[in-house]
Amino acid sequence: MDMQPKKVGVLSCSGEAEAEGTICRNAVRLVMEKYRPDVVTTLCLPLYLAGDTGEREFAKKFPVISVDGCGKLCARRATEKYSGTVQDAIDLRALLEEWGVTEKLSRSHPGELEDKLAERLAAEIVKRIDAIIEDGKIVER
Amino acid sequence: MAKKVYVIPCSGIGKAAASVGREAMYRVVEELRPEVADTLCLSLLVMGDEEALEKIRKNYCISVDGCGKDCARKNIELSGGRLASSRRVHDVLKKHRDLQPEGVRDIGENGRKLAGLLADELAAEVDAATGGGE
Ligand code: SF4
Ligand code: SF4
Repeated sequence: MDMQPKKVGVLSCSGEAEAEGTICRNAVRLVMEKYRPDVVTTLCLPLYLAGDTGEREFAKKFPVISVDGCGKLCARRATEKYSGTVQDAIDLRALLEEWGVTEKLSRSHPGELEDKLAERLAAEIVKRIDAIIEDGKIVER
Repeated sequence: MAKKVYVIPCSGIGKAAASVGREAMYRVVEELRPEVADTLCLSLLVMGDEEALEKIRKNYCISVDGCGKDCARKNIELSGGRLASSRRVHDVLKKHRDLQPEGVRDIGENGRKLAGLLADELAAEVDAATGGGE
């Protein structure tokens, strides 16, 4: 990163096939819309392969937090493959284990539990964004 | 004949239309054509997961994109998938301009109606790809 970035990049996996993927996507939107709208930027992950307007500069331009639904870690690995290292990485399935969540979750019909987990994950992402800011890795405005 | 049709939306994080595509896909794979239609995470193609690549090369795929960047279609093509057809949510929206989806996290009532219409079209394309129908 040549110039000090102004934003933190938060990149969710698409996660269509997994309930955790839907939660990740919703949590990242929550952070962007509600909790840290001014400091977060994102990217549609498939643009790493399909895009043609400098999407692969993403991790070079911003400190990136990857947010993945499961241990396949698509957002993290795709970022590392095409763009650069990630600053921090979240694997929601591992987090759910830590949190002791054992209920079956829905990918297509998120209800009260999935919404709560999206909020909890959003809070975790915010914590990590704030740590990056505290480390002085972005220019505060 | 291919055994399955993978309906793969782009799931774009910035566009409500992408959420409509995702919702339409769920209706097809879980309600309308659960026996023959399935999905997989598009991100697996982006990072080159071998198992996912094999699935899209051995079966048919239908891409559903939320904007003109056509990420689902391009990722499937670049990964060597067998694309049976490709759709954009906007093609359906053009025919039903009153059904503007609300937001990315909640597409609202109109978005759900739009997803239903798109799902019907996708189910017909699944049938065309498999030579079947209901
Ligand atoms: S990390 Fe897991 S849930 Fe997310 S896109 Fe990859 S396979 Fe799907
Ligand atoms: S087609 Fe690509 S850029 Fe457009 S909404 Fe979908 S993922 Fe995002």
